[in-house]
Amino acid sequence: MYSVRLWSVRHARGLNVFYRGFEGVMVRLNGVFRAIGYERMERPTAALEKTVKRLLFDCRMCGQCVLSSTGMACPMNCPKSLRNGPCGGVRANGNCEVKPEMRCVWVEAYKGAERIPGGVDAMREVQFAVDQRSLGKSSWLRVSREKADSRGAVDGATNNTP
Amino acid sequence: MRFEDEPVPGYPLPILPGHTSPGRFERVLRAGTFVVTTELAPPDSADPEDVYKRARVFDGYVDAINATDGSGANCHMSSLAVCALLTRVGHAPIMQISCRDKNRIAIQGDILGGAAMGVCNMLCLTGDGVQAGDHPQAKPVFDLDCVSLLGVARTLRDDHQFQSGRKISFAPRVFLGAAENPSGLPYAWRPHRLAKKIAAGAQFIQTQYCYDLPLLRTFMNQVEALGLLDKVYILVGVGPLRSAKTAEWMRKNVPGMHVPDALIARLSGAQDQAREGRNICIELIQAMREMRGISGVHIMAYRQEESVAEIVDKSAILQGRTPWYPGRDTATQS
Repeated sequence: MYSVRLWSVRHARGLNVFYRGFEGVMVRLNGVFRAIGYERMERPTAALEKTVKRLLFDCRMCGQCVLSSTGMACPMNCPKSLRNGPCGGVRANGNCEVKPEMRCVWVEAYKGAERIPGGVDAMREVQFAVDQRSLGKSSWLRVSREKADSRGAVDGATNNTP
Repeated sequence: MRFEDEPVPGYPLPILPGHTSPGRFERVLRAGTFVVTTELAPPDSADPEDVYKRARVFDGYVDAINATDGSGANCHMSSLAVCALLTRVGHAPIMQISCRDKNRIAIQGDILGGAAMGVCNMLCLTGDGVQAGDHPQAKPVFDLDCVSLLGVARTLRDDHQFQSGRKISFAPRVFLGAAENPSGLPYAWRPHRLAKKIAAGAQFIQTQYCYDLPLLRTFMNQVEALGLLDKVYILVGVGPLRSAKTAEWMRKNVPGMHVPDALIARLSGAQDQAREGRNICIELIQAMREMRGISGVHIMAYRQEESVAEIVDKSAILQGRTPWYPGRDTATQS
């Protein structure tokens, strides 16, 4: 919902802290997820993620969530699906070129990023275009799985050192 | 500027050390010259003569001609075709590539095809939304955004491969550009966005129209503070405003266009508004010429293309040189 989406940007800092905590829990549940099978977890997790993020961010389930790097403003709501900042067409009042009644997603993102420690730096990272094959898939599961795997790899590496 | 290794029109120049393209535009910029580029409005026609006619207006006044890619989301002859025609007579066109109408498969094909046709310069753009043009019912593609597009083009050129990783046998040797809008919101973010584009592969920048010098100055100072000035050539967008009424209309309807109230007041107070519009443009160019870090101007004179010559002449930015045009060197060659 549009008004909730703007609320989320205003509360970007808190939401970011909450997500970090949530992600930690998800990473710790790696063993459980692995036992059940990540593939089997995909559908229910994606459904839950879609419900929550649809409400908070008007999430489009691109499957490659970058909310932490975009001040909690979902860039997929940009009519041009821009992932690297605003186009040149932002209106003088800060609204969208394509949808004049909507705030520019990236004007909002910049405001949100300023509220998150390190948020503006995160916005400077170049994001490559969306992999269309990930549409509809759970970002939560993918990210926590990747983090758990890389943590495992680091642990493994430390164990190997004499 | 004449190069001693100037080839037969349509043939590439040798690539100098440190250069990425066999084109004249990159050479002129790297030589430290203040350059002039302009924009050719592609015809609504399939007649090549319509392209040549439009290009001839600029003969001797510009270093490179941009071929727009469905600008304002209106349907015209494709930028690839316009560029291919222009290279046949030796021009150094800048092929604009917009992400609005094509996905990454089509775009990569166009980059290879354009380079094969002798296009040495490509400007990577996101593109205006379809709502701005004559086909608002069209499907907007936006598979890539301009930053991803720069990355894709650079991968083709430097890594000799498609985005998929599949190798190509001969890389496109191109000079890559991007756009920026110093008068666009959020102001503080614009220089960082420029940095992103440079990181992704932009070697030159052509900006949106800049009518607000203080805004431009702030932008340039921030760009300098970020240490970007020696990483990119910045060409600032300018153009003659025909009247106060058109200025008002453009401000309202052209995406990202910002015209200060003072300029509109000055225009409406003038006897000959079109002349005043050209004078404003000339004054802006002269002020930009003095600003640090600005390598040239990009003159966009939609439907007043014939005024480009006068503006270039009166602002005296060429300092006596005659940019190459088809036939310029005929006398010396024979």
